Amino acid sequence: MYKASSRKSDLLLLAGFTVAVLLAPFILGPVGAGYPDLLQKFAIFGIFALGFNILFGLTGYLSFGHAAFLGVGSYAAVWTFKLFSMNPILAVIIATVVGGVFAVAIGFISLRRSGIYFSILTLALAQMSYNLAYSVLTPITNGETGLQLAQSDPRILDVAFGRDYGAVLPSSDFFGIHMTGYPGYYFCAALFVLCFFLSMRIFRSPFGMMLRAVKSNQNRMRYTGLNVRPYTLAAFVISGMYAGLAGGLLAVTDPLAGAERMQWTASGEVVLMTILGGAGTLLGPVIGAGVIKYFENIFSAFNEGVLEQIFSFLPEFLQHAMVSISSMFVGEGWHLTLGALFMVIVIFLPGGLMEGFSRIWQRLRRMTKRDDDKPVEPSSVPAE
Amino acid sequence: MSILTVENVNKRFGGLQALSNVNLQVEEGTVHAIIGPNGAGKSTLLNCFVGRLEPDTGSVVFNDVSLLGLKPHQINQVGVSRVFQTPEIFDDMSLLENVTIPALAKRDGSFKLNAWNAVRDENGIRDAAMECLADVELDGKSDELARALSRGDKRRLELAMCLVQEPKLLLLDEPTAGMSRADTNNTIELMKRIAENGMTMVVIEHDMHVVFSLAEKISVLAQGTVIAEDLPDKIKGDPRVQEAYLGGAHL
Ligand SMILES: Nc1ncnc2c1ncn2[C@@H]1O[C@H](COP(=O)(O)OP(=O)(O)O)[C@@H](O)[C@H]1O
Ligand SMILES: [Mg+2]
Repeated sequence: MYKASSRKSDLLLLAGFTVAVLLAPFILGPVGAGYPDLLQKFAIFGIFALGFNILFGLTGYLSFGHAAFLGVGSYAAVWTFKLFSMNPILAVIIATVVGGVFAVAIGFISLRRSGIYFSILTLALAQMSYNLAYSVLTPITNGETGLQLAQSDPRILDVAFGRDYGAVLPSSDFFGIHMTGYPGYYFCAALFVLCFFLSMRIFRSPFGMMLRAVKSNQNRMRYTGLNVRPYTLAAFVISGMYAGLAGGLLAVTDPLAGAERMQWTASGEVVLMTILGGAGTLLGPVIGAGVIKYFENIFSAFNEGVLEQIFSFLPEFLQHAMVSISSMFVGEGWHLTLGALFMVIVIFLPGGLMEGFSRIWQRLRRMTKRDDDKPVEPSSVPAE
Repeated sequence: MSILTVENVNKRFGGLQALSNVNLQVEEGTVHAIIGPNGAGKSTLLNCFVGRLEPDTGSVVFNDVSLLGLKPHQINQVGVSRVFQTPEIFDDMSLLENVTIPALAKRDGSFKLNAWNAVRDENGIRDAAMECLADVELDGKSDELARALSRGDKRRLELAMCLVQEPKLLLLDEPTAGMSRADTNNTIELMKRIAENGMTMVVIEHDMHVVFSLAEKISVLAQGTVIAEDLPDKIKGDPRVQEAYLGGAHL
């Protein structure tokens, strides 16, 4: 049964989300994720997944090329640093706009088809962008080396405002605060909260309802007087802007941009994040992004030496066997773990982790209800 | 005054002449029934009105606007709504949402980037939607998913989705098919009430009971041709109709 959300529950969710993001360094400290580099990734890929969910979760159009917008956003941000200013505000604005413009072009072509053909078109266009970045566009992308800052960059706005970085390579800074470490995280976090808020507004709006209608029955939509294409294109462009912003933030926290960011594996990752967390739910993609980045961090840090230590309690031949088996799943092989995790989720929880949470929640509620139904014992303390 | 004028419409599917030289005039404010055996081309004819199919030749004019070449959403926006033979609804949305969408489409047009306001604050829209759900006696289920409805209820939901748009012309393709007798009678009563409010309707129906209690005019379609068009009483006695439709048995 579908129940419309109330204003109050939305405010609570937003407040809870904001508090969780602001306190993340403390909340995630105990699980070893409370350090800024990883937290920045949570926020950035959370934004990426939030945007992807507006397209895929609401309209059902599965793009396999969203990493292209991530990469384009990064390039746009680094160019902004080089040409105009190291201030991250301008960089993320330009990254968002450029991501959106790029999405208009790719969306215009690929949305002529739906279903698997749409997915293939987005994949093909993204791979084309990736290859172009390595070849013809080398003057813009700096090819395999990646686009980097240089001391000799013009930075005309910084120069105009008398901002001088001296002889060192500049890093992005927000009116004097360097965008690395915790300041960098809180810059990303502020935009993360803003993106979540916007995503919530879209979900609750008539526009969001039309996007869900696209997924549900396009035929009925048309005979109801609605033009489907502009709705899908708008969703595509919005999600492209989210991705552009995420790419821009990657460059803000680490000012270089490479084409590998546009590769199809990166596009696949955001699909996994969204499905793992729960496509079409507000919070799911954020959780999916967090879980994947967290486990990626843990599993890719393992190496044979660590594994040998873990299994050192076993007899030697067993230790070797265990190490060689488990080493397939860690380090470079972490994607194997991800694949297995993904399969388990899709088979047992097609609605993603959010479905799992709501099942647990319902079971708990049923259990407490049963308790309420029991006749009150005379000895029990009266409820206040 | 005729609100819908169909002239010399032909439609061919491969070797099959589904419609041949169909002419039809629907008068404003009346209920016009189209009857005929299975495969006569009734649904095909409606498809030509709403932009699902393009006739090979002929013209379809609604309120002085030619409908040929218009997209389905444009046809709806000029005031034509349709209930399909197999219900077309938003299965995984609530009943209230199902009716809210057409109400918004009527108010906001075929596209609006209305992404800032909340649907829950659209009081006028919700009231109109609930009223239409009440008209088809589904207001008690407004929070349920449309998927869970019985076939008859899905039809009535689709009818509510059309009614909330206050169309100038309502097209109904076998609105009582698959309904129990009781549901059928309820639906007839509902359609009568709608008709009394002055709605122009084209109804495809195989149930003669429904047709004769509703229609002010009847067109009989057989093998893609209109073989008779007249008042219900005249149609009842027309030997050509009995021949084509019932193989000679008396109505
Ligand atoms: N899209 C189509 N392609 C090919 N043949 C069709 C199509 N739509 C309908 N037909 C054929 O046209 C004839 C008329 O169909 P239809 O209009 O659905 O009849 P009915 O009067 O029962 O509604 C049938 O023989 C049907 O098989
Ligand atoms: Mg039919």
